[in-house]
Amino acid sequence: MYVMFILIAFSLAVSLIFLAAYFWSVRSGQFDDKYTPSVRILFDDKGTHKKTETDAESVGNHEENQ
Amino acid sequence: MEKSLLCFHCGEACPDHSIAIGDKSFCCHGCKTVFEILNTNELCDYYNIEETPGITPKQDLVSDRFAYLDDETVRQQVLEFSDAKTEKVTFHTPAMHCVSCIWLLEKLHDMDQRIYSSLVNFPRKEVSITYNPAEMKLSETAALISSLGYEPLVSLDTVSKREQSTAEKKLYLKIGLAGFAFGNVMILSFPEYLSRSGAVDPVFKMVFGYLSLVFSLPILIYATKDYYASAWASLKSKTINIDVPVTLGIGMLFFRSAWEILTQTGVGYLDSFTGLVFFLLVGRLFQQKTYEVLSFERDYKSFFPLSITRKINNVEAVVSVSKLKPGDRIVVRNQELIPADSVLLKSDAFIDYSFVSGESNPVAKKAGDFIYAGGRQSGTTIELEVIKEPSQSYLTQLWNNEVFNKPRVSTLNKLANQVSHYFTFGVLAIAIVAALYWFQFDTAKGIKVFTAVLIVACPCALALSSPFALGTALRIFGRQGLYMKNTEAVEALSKINTIVMDKTGTLTEARQEIIEFSGDSLSGIERQMVRSLVHHSTHPLSQKIFQALDIAPSMTIENFEEVSGQGIRGESQGHLLKLGSGKWLGLKPEQIDAEDMKTRVYLSIDGKPKGFFLIANIFRKGLRPLLNDLLKRFKLYLLSGDSEREKPALVNLFGNESDLYFRQTPEEKLAFVSSLQSSGSHVLMVGDGLNDAGALRASEVGIAITDDVSAFSPASDGILTGKNLHLLGTFIRMSKATTQVIVASFVISIIYNVVGVGFAVAGKLSPLVSAILMPASSISVVAFTTFTTTLRARMMKLT
Repeated sequence: MYVMFILIAFSLAVSLIFLAAYFWSVRSGQFDDKYTPSVRILFDDKGTHKKTETDAESVGNHEENQ
Repeated sequence: MEKSLLCFHCGEACPDHSIAIGDKSFCCHGCKTVFEILNTNELCDYYNIEETPGITPKQDLVSDRFAYLDDETVRQQVLEFSDAKTEKVTFHTPAMHCVSCIWLLEKLHDMDQRIYSSLVNFPRKEVSITYNPAEMKLSETAALISSLGYEPLVSLDTVSKREQSTAEKKLYLKIGLAGFAFGNVMILSFPEYLSRSGAVDPVFKMVFGYLSLVFSLPILIYATKDYYASAWASLKSKTINIDVPVTLGIGMLFFRSAWEILTQTGVGYLDSFTGLVFFLLVGRLFQQKTYEVLSFERDYKSFFPLSITRKINNVEAVVSVSKLKPGDRIVVRNQELIPADSVLLKSDAFIDYSFVSGESNPVAKKAGDFIYAGGRQSGTTIELEVIKEPSQSYLTQLWNNEVFNKPRVSTLNKLANQVSHYFTFGVLAIAIVAALYWFQFDTAKGIKVFTAVLIVACPCALALSSPFALGTALRIFGRQGLYMKNTEAVEALSKINTIVMDKTGTLTEARQEIIEFSGDSLSGIERQMVRSLVHHSTHPLSQKIFQALDIAPSMTIENFEEVSGQGIRGESQGHLLKLGSGKWLGLKPEQIDAEDMKTRVYLSIDGKPKGFFLIANIFRKGLRPLLNDLLKRFKLYLLSGDSEREKPALVNLFGNESDLYFRQTPEEKLAFVSSLQSSGSHVLMVGDGLNDAGALRASEVGIAITDDVSAFSPASDGILTGKNLHLLGTFIRMSKATTQVIVASFVISIIYNVVGVGFAVAGKLSPLVSAILMPASSISVVAFTTFTTTLRARMMKLT
């Protein structure tokens, strides 16, 4: 029966990973705007222009949080 | 065919085919320019996303309009991030209205390579632009989005918004943490629920207990922080709010559980503890519905321009308004606000004070006249000399009044706090009596019963009913165009008994006026001549008449003359036209209507009176039924900054002349509301302009009326769209109904508490009973309040 401790430890580890992911998503501002991204994903971008916009964005966010 | 000719870009009707590219017609050159920008950058997908998505760009584009943004002090306030390679700015663009707008504003990089990226936050109507500062100036980014039709609104009050968003982030973190702990503790407690006592392996029991304790610690320390702070603040001010018994219950839950686990005497109630905190926080999130586009905390700085053209030795330069000093010469163009009390130096001015004083007609000013800050110039460009610094001007003095400097404390006691006062003492009394009773037999049991009573009596359901009922009402109001600042404002609205209203812009439509000609009917030629005549004048009344007359080709006017304050004259095709006041036209007093409460502009051709143009404010629709309804239920006052000329119409509406006050200054309005309050009234102030700002702030509930919710409105507790003013009576009814729902839910939650206390006093509060009773009571109360509030709204036809 004590094998349960391994299971518990494992399930805890998984849930902690998800908690950390949730914390990261809140802090990185994913809950700031709950509407625009849902629209943005539907735009065709004709494959021409860069998709690195969001990267530049999050860099800006980190700087500004200081 | 002509009728259906719509602009390809914005969908407005085009006057003719003159502005076109190929088969595409445009209503103006602005729209054509936007189309050209899009076309050359191969962005015409824009038109496939939505039909005629565009916005008519502003016509009077002055190229250096945004030059002030390059001023170093302004830059530092506006820029969010800046280094040698990258600068980031966020502009508020209220014109953004559809999916195509998002698409277009996120394609700025394709239009101008100097822009790295742009990102839209649609709920806030903001666009964040990252660009290369070595090649591009801040003012150029503003000019670019402005040329697309998205006029950026730059103001310096964005700081408070960021604070608000971090508070919301923290709440999300707390909910996540509490939910995580709740789920895990629940699973770890499960064996104990299902088995008879002693059936679970003691090793498991111990490990599960300690694990639960570890999960609960961050909840105790971090997630419930706000409740401790609120309870402490309330105790310090010698009152008891709802958070006091909540904190008591939460604390008892945790420490009793911790003690049981550490001494191995039981499993504790940590599942109830974490669940309770989770529900409480979800309630808080529900209550915290915020309207991100709106700002309820604006002072005069938001209304004033950030910059102004200053003239030194005939050189014009754009400077930030805060740098203005007495003695400076400033240039104010058509439709610009005058930022400081000044003296007019050059050319005649027509100052529209409607926003400041409520006076609805522009005032003519001559060189040498004193002009108060806040007026809007209409007509030609004028030059002024600053007399006082912007922060010291007549209007801004209002913000030095003490109501603006002390934090606003509601004089109305919240329902939940009134109840919690008795509740807390009641529960403490029961707990002590029960403990004393058990002490006779068993001291340990006495302590257990004492803590159990405090635990089970934790007014979780009580604390949840207000947020959910008021939060639901807040959302219902929002769908009907009344955006309340918070749930406290909804509750305060239910307790008002006196309503004070402003006139201009509140009861009347802000920018709309009826213009009609009465007298001899004018022939086509005569209309043409009048229209050509008024075309020469910059007087606001002339411009209104010009817009009201049908489109007709212009005719030449000779010997045009404008007599300040009197009227205009000119000759066309041999006829002498005179347009102005009745006196100036030489009309006899009996020809001028004695009851002259509306503005009339008389016309004579070749000395023969033809009649007059009538210019009158329009009252908002549904005003009479609204006032009839309100008069039955409340004491109603009218405070207008305007003159008495519309008094007869208003007496007709209000029924009682003594409650109408005219020519009220902003300070007088504020003092009036304060005096009503000191005589025990709970005041709802309804106003729209800066002149109402003091009264809006002083009143228990201040509602600002606006025709465009994304436009600036003064600091208030709620913003109501003008077209829904007729629902005001229903809104107040609904807020009263909501408080009734809350009272009913209090009764329900007290019944739960009585049952729970019954278990506790008898010493039979097992973790299982607690784990069922607490969520059950919370969920049923939440369901009850949300459902009944929605039902009441539906009965009032508010949904």
